[in-house]
Amino acid sequence: MLYATEVQAPSLAALERAVLDAERAGYAFVTFPDAPRRAGVEAGVLAAYLARRTTRIGLAPTLHVTTTEPFHLATQLAGLDHASLGRAGWVVGATTAAGDLATVGRRQVDAGEVADVVEVARRLWDSWEDDAVIRDVPTGRFLDSRKVHHVDFEGSGFSVVGPLITPRPPQGQVVVIGSASIAAELDIALVRGSGVAGIAGRAAAARATGVPLVFADVPAGFDAAALEGVVDGVHFHGGAPPAVAAGAHGATLRETLGLPRPGNRYATARSTA
Amino acid sequence: MTQLHLGVFFTGVGPNLLWTEPDFAEHTHIDTFVDVVRTLERGLFDAFFLGEGLRVRENRGTVYDLDVAGRPDAITQLAALAAETTHIGLVATQNTTYNYPADLARRLASLDAVSGGRAGWNIVTTDNAWTGANFRHGGWLPHERRYERATEFVETAKALWRNEHVVRDTDLVTLDATGAVPPSPQGRPVLFQAGDSDGGRELAARHADVVFSANTDYDKAAAYAADLRARLARHGRSADSLRILPGASVVLGDTAGEALERADWITREQTTGPRAIAFLEQYWGKDLSGYDPDGPLPDIDPADGELDPSRGTIPIELRTGKLRRIAEWRALAAERGLSIRDLVIEVTPRHNTFVGTPGQVADEWARYVRDRVVDGFNLLPQLLRPSGSSRLLPGTVEDIVDRLVPQLQERGVYRTAYEGSTLRSHLGLPPV
Repeated sequence: MLYATEVQAPSLAALERAVLDAERAGYAFVTFPDAPRRAGVEAGVLAAYLARRTTRIGLAPTLHVTTTEPFHLATQLAGLDHASLGRAGWVVGATTAAGDLATVGRRQVDAGEVADVVEVARRLWDSWEDDAVIRDVPTGRFLDSRKVHHVDFEGSGFSVVGPLITPRPPQGQVVVIGSASIAAELDIALVRGSGVAGIAGRAAAARATGVPLVFADVPAGFDAAALEGVVDGVHFHGGAPPAVAAGAHGATLRETLGLPRPGNRYATARSTA
Repeated sequence: MTQLHLGVFFTGVGPNLLWTEPDFAEHTHIDTFVDVVRTLERGLFDAFFLGEGLRVRENRGTVYDLDVAGRPDAITQLAALAAETTHIGLVATQNTTYNYPADLARRLASLDAVSGGRAGWNIVTTDNAWTGANFRHGGWLPHERRYERATEFVETAKALWRNEHVVRDTDLVTLDATGAVPPSPQGRPVLFQAGDSDGGRELAARHADVVFSANTDYDKAAAYAADLRARLARHGRSADSLRILPGASVVLGDTAGEALERADWITREQTTGPRAIAFLEQYWGKDLSGYDPDGPLPDIDPADGELDPSRGTIPIELRTGKLRRIAEWRALAAERGLSIRDLVIEVTPRHNTFVGTPGQVADEWARYVRDRVVDGFNLLPQLLRPSGSSRLLPGTVEDIVDRLVPQLQERGVYRTAYEGSTLRSHLGLPPV
C-alpha cells in the first residue's frame, strides 16, 4: 500500500516540519491544497522551496487549469521536477467558482478545458527529447533541433505552439494526480466514498478507465487497513496524518510509486515514421 | 560612503553564455544554479536575476540550435534557491502581457514570503504574436499600448500586495481579487524595470525601485541618470528612491594585455561562423548556409517581407527597414574589407564589457559610483564553472567574486558584510 497526505500548517516553518515528518514516516508524497482566493503562500512556490529542504518525498501542489496560463503551468511543474530531481507531482485543480474565475477576469470555462490543459502540459513535457542537448563543438550546434518539437496543440478554447522553454523533466512526465471524476489523462485517480464498499465501487470504475494507480481520498482518521487490496494507495486529508507501514522511497516519485519513466511521444513518432 | 550594488543576470539563453569549453557546467541543472547563487552570496551580491522564457528561439521556422537554450520557470527556480541561501536577493523577470495580474502578484508575494523578504520582480513587456502563440490570447496587445498595460498591471499588483480588494474592468486589465499573502519583512517585492524607451522610463520613474538599464558607457550613463532623476522629481519621488544598475560584462586578466586577449577570445567565441550566418539569415530571410563566414557578404538579394521575429525580442526600430540596414552593411564591409563574421561582430549590439586587471576595473567602477552615474551593475557571466572544478575561468562568477570583489572592498565602495536580511535593505532603499 502506498500513502500520501495533504499538508496544511499556519507557517512556513510548521509546513516544513510537517513535510519532513511525512518523509520520515515513509509517505510517498505530500499534496498542497490551493485555490486562487486561498490565503497564504501559493502551492507551486511552496513546493519548490520545500524541494530543497527534503530529499526523498514527492511534492504535489494543486495548480488550477482554469485560472492560469497552461504554458506557464507546464513550465512551473517541469521546473519543480528539475529542482526536486524528479519528485514532482501535480494535483489537477479545476475550479469553476465564479469568485476564483473573476481573479483572472474570466466568467466561464470552456467544456473540455481540463482535458485540454492536461494534454498540452503532457505534450510540452515531451517537447524536448532526453538527448536534445548535443553540444557538438565541430558544427557549433548546442541542440539537435530535430529533437525539440513544436506541440501545435489546438484546443476548444486556446492553442499552444511550444516547445516548452525547459528541457524534459527528470521523470519524463510529472505525476498527474486528480479526482477520478476529471476527464483527463491521470497517473493517479483519487476516489472518495462513504465506507469501504463505496470506495471499492468507485475504484473499480476508475480502474476501468485505464488509469495506472487508484488512491482512496479519505479523512485522516480513516482505517486504511480496511482498504488493502481495494486501492493502490491512500491519500489522507484534514488533520494529522497517521503512522503508516510504508515501503522505501525510490530515487524519483515515479520509482516510489512503481510507475515506469514514460517514453517520449515525439521520439516514438520519429522512429516509426 | 557611496556603495556599489551588484547583481548577476542569468539569462540561460542566447550567445552571451559560452558552451564550447570542455568542462561546461550543465546550465539547466539545479546544482549549477545552487553553486552560482552560493558563490554570489559569498561575494555579498545584492541579487541574482533570472530571465523569463516565453518561447524557444527559432531561425526560419526551426528551433535555433547554436546557442545555449533551456531555462527553468523563474519564480519556481528562485523559490528552490531561497531554501539554499540566506541573504541574496532573488529577482524574477516576468512580463505583464502574458500573465494574469492576480496570479503573478500572488506568486511573487509567495516568493517574497518563502525567502523572508528577498524577492524582486523585473518587469518586462512583450507584444509580438509569435510569442503570443504559446498563450491563451495570442498577440492581443498593440505595441504602443504595452506600457499602459504594464502600468495598470503594476498598480494592481501593488494594491494586492497591500492585501486590498481590487476591482478593475478596463480594456487592458479585468479582475476582481483580494491579496491574501502575508507581507514579507520587506513589505513587498522590490520592483525592477528594464525598458529603455520613453514608456519604460516613465514606468520606472512612477513605480520602480531599481532600473536595469543598458547605459553602461560613462557619458550615456550620466545622461540617463539625469533624465531619470528629472522624471522622479516630476512624480514627487526623491532621487534616492531609485537605484540604477546597468547590465555589463567583466573580463579580468593579470595584466591589461591578458584581459584584452581574453575579451577578444570571448567575442570571437560568441560569434562563431554558424552564428554569423544565422544572424544574416534572419535579415535575408533565405538559406545562406552555402556561404563562407570568413568570406564576403552574400551577393544575392534578401527575401521580401519584414524581419523574422522568431529569434527572440527584436526592438521595434529593427523590425522595419531591413533593406536599408543591409545596404549599410554592404557599404561598411566593402569599405573595411570585412568578412561575414567580422561584420557581424562589428554590428551586433553588445552589453558593455569592462576589461582590465581587477584593480583597473575596480578603479573605474569606483569612479562611476562616486559620481553617482550608476549605483552598481547587473553582470552577465560568459562562462559557468562546473561543480567541483578548481579551474579558474575568466568570465565566471568565481572570477568576479574572488578577484574583483576584494579590490572593490579595498576602495571602500563595496560592503564587507550583509547588514540587513532583505533585498530592499541591501539596496539601501527607503521602506515601503
